[in-house]
Amino acid sequence: MGELKLRAEPFQTGRAAGPTPLNALGDNVLTSTLDKVINWGRSSAIWPALFGLACCAIEMMGAVGPRQDISRFGSELFRASPRQSDLLIVSGRVAIKMVPVIRQVYDQMPEPKWVIAMGACASSAGMFNNYAIVQSVDKIIPVDIYLPGCPPRPEALLDAVIKLQRKIRGEPLVQRPA
Amino acid sequence: MSVNPTGTLVQRIGERFKTALQESSDFRGDLSVVIEPGTLVDVARYLKVEEGFDYLLHATAVDWPARDPRFTAVWEVRSLANKTRIRLKTTAAMPDPHVPSLTSVWPAANWHERETWDLFGITFDGHPDLRRILMPPSWEGFPLRKDYVSFGEPVIFSDQKLEGLEPDAIRG
Amino acid sequence: MVKTDIAQEPIGPEHEPEAEWMELNMGPHHPSTHGVLRVRLKLDGEIVRDADADIGYLHTGFEKSFEDKTYTQGITFSDRMDYLAPPINNVGFVSAVEKLIGVEVPPRAQAIRVIMMELARVSSHELWLGTTGLDLGVYSGFFYAWRDRDLALDLNEAYSGVRMMTSFTRVGGVAWDLPDGWLDQLQRFIDVMPSRIDDFESMLTDNPIWHQRLEGVGVISAADAIEAGVTGPVLRASGVNYDVRKAFPYCGYEQYDFEVPVGTNGDCYDRYRMRVAEMRQSLRILQQAVDNLPGGPWLTSDRKVALPPRSELSKSMEAVIHQFRLVSEGFKGPVGDVYAFVESPRGELGFYLVSDGTNKPYRMKVRPPSFCNLQALKRLVQGVLVADVIAIMGSLDFILGDCDR
Repeated sequence: MGELKLRAEPFQTGRAAGPTPLNALGDNVLTSTLDKVINWGRSSAIWPALFGLACCAIEMMGAVGPRQDISRFGSELFRASPRQSDLLIVSGRVAIKMVPVIRQVYDQMPEPKWVIAMGACASSAGMFNNYAIVQSVDKIIPVDIYLPGCPPRPEALLDAVIKLQRKIRGEPLVQRPA
Repeated sequence: MSVNPTGTLVQRIGERFKTALQESSDFRGDLSVVIEPGTLVDVARYLKVEEGFDYLLHATAVDWPARDPRFTAVWEVRSLANKTRIRLKTTAAMPDPHVPSLTSVWPAANWHERETWDLFGITFDGHPDLRRILMPPSWEGFPLRKDYVSFGEPVIFSDQKLEGLEPDAIRG
Repeated sequence: MVKTDIAQEPIGPEHEPEAEWMELNMGPHHPSTHGVLRVRLKLDGEIVRDADADIGYLHTGFEKSFEDKTYTQGITFSDRMDYLAPPINNVGFVSAVEKLIGVEVPPRAQAIRVIMMELARVSSHELWLGTTGLDLGVYSGFFYAWRDRDLALDLNEAYSGVRMMTSFTRVGGVAWDLPDGWLDQLQRFIDVMPSRIDDFESMLTDNPIWHQRLEGVGVISAADAIEAGVTGPVLRASGVNYDVRKAFPYCGYEQYDFEVPVGTNGDCYDRYRMRVAEMRQSLRILQQAVDNLPGGPWLTSDRKVALPPRSELSKSMEAVIHQFRLVSEGFKGPVGDVYAFVESPRGELGFYLVSDGTNKPYRMKVRPPSFCNLQALKRLVQGVLVADVIAIMGSLDFILGDCDR
């Protein structure tokens, strides 16, 4: 894949990344309601891509399992093909050899797409500060939610998905009581 | 074969191969022998065919930069029938370390020797397919050598400044 | 030429010239490769003529990392290699250090290690059943597997605080004693599991689809298996009766009464039968370990390698000094090299430790069973159909974390 340079800072995501066609229409009653409806639709059925790398993938499978059941939150199916999925859960440590593969899988996903960096290794290389592990997946692809843990419990992954849903709907990620 | 062959196994190897057997040791119940590289394949074949060491456990190397020769290549084999184990070692010197490949004796050594080439840079003469296995094919350098610096990124604490740091570049 | 049962006509021409073979790239992002494995298949129509397994997509540099951590710090790293059975990695790692230094492990610690290892074996085989089933179309098996695996992970969590990466061993014993009520929870697990395994077996063992997919597929003879260096259930399915727990007992396995299942045909179906039988034998070992759990200390009293109990710190100056030394510097080993090995669900997991007399390993080479089994993939897929490649890869039960380290 040729020379691939990593960035020192992560990509910008979301609104900061630039205007979408809806944003370009400006804020008025019609587009704000349409915005809400579309975002509600997008957030309610996020289908992740099957992208388990290492140990976090096992806890991701646990989140699919009967006790935690991620499909309650809309992620009914994990799609094998990135072209049919919305969410890339990078679950596990990212080795140097895997970098072009992750980039290609991310590029193959159609917009709108989101990324959860699951686990300490995807967020910041975890305990592996060495030659073989890329020091965070956000040097390769933009990340929306960072989920710490080694590995994070399936409930933590569900929490990340819920926060992502709030982010998609434009709500604050942490809702405090009034 | 005698009930406890390992005590006399070294003697048998010594009688058969004379000076090729450079050292032997029995540390914590693990028998190891150091063989000169030229005779290694013959010793290996003898061990497999006549002493029954049919099962290769692993093959690797150890880097001793302060020593010359620098590398010690290690193969560990087991005899499933006799429940014994022996560690075969040989040495390789810089520059351009070479040892004979034991894939002709134990085909299972194939990937283990490829990995040792990948991580240490020791060439196995006679290996059918010596190429990188764990690192990307265009990687330069041999990570497990002691002079290969391994950190991914220097750790920055929140009260330190970020300027003057180069972004990491991926090689290959 | 391949004949099928469905039609008595052979598939494909007699043989295609090699220039006409198609190269199909499987992975590294693939649902059935059980991790990030890339296999380049050379296909002659639907038949596989050659396969080249390309690993390294999860290479983490564990062996280099071990070299600049002390022996105790390395235990936390060792979990992450074979991440389906972390307790077994823990025991293997400290076994190498204990063998090097010559530390005795008290009987209670050995029994606790056995309990955690057999729990890991059951949960790993359950997950294997679930995911291999998933590859072959058994979608509900995945949920059965997780229902049972969550019980074992609850036990892990109650003991060590972590569902998967327990890091529960220390050099000379285990880190903590069993909490109150843990043995009752374990007993409930042991009581309920046989019926759960029966559920799985009733779904799969006599299922004609399961038989058709697995019987006669990926056959390897005993002699070929030994030559290829395969290990674990794959080796035993071919008829070689070799299990580390029986051949070279460790952690007190000689006191437990259990059988090692050995197959006859060396095909995928036999490997499935091996693993299910091993789960049942693990439950037998667990029951015996619970019944005969010895009392006493769970960590060696050799203060040169193991931390003193906290109650001693307020009373004894020597204990404080030992604590300080162990926490800041660790302990030093003698010069030498050892090889210690345990039986993981995948096969013989070995740790070759070379020490130069300092407090860190000079070289810690891990002999991963998945690496050895995956090497045989090339041999196993010659002449099979593409769908059988999935069944064979599933039956080898490799974990890329273990294979790539």
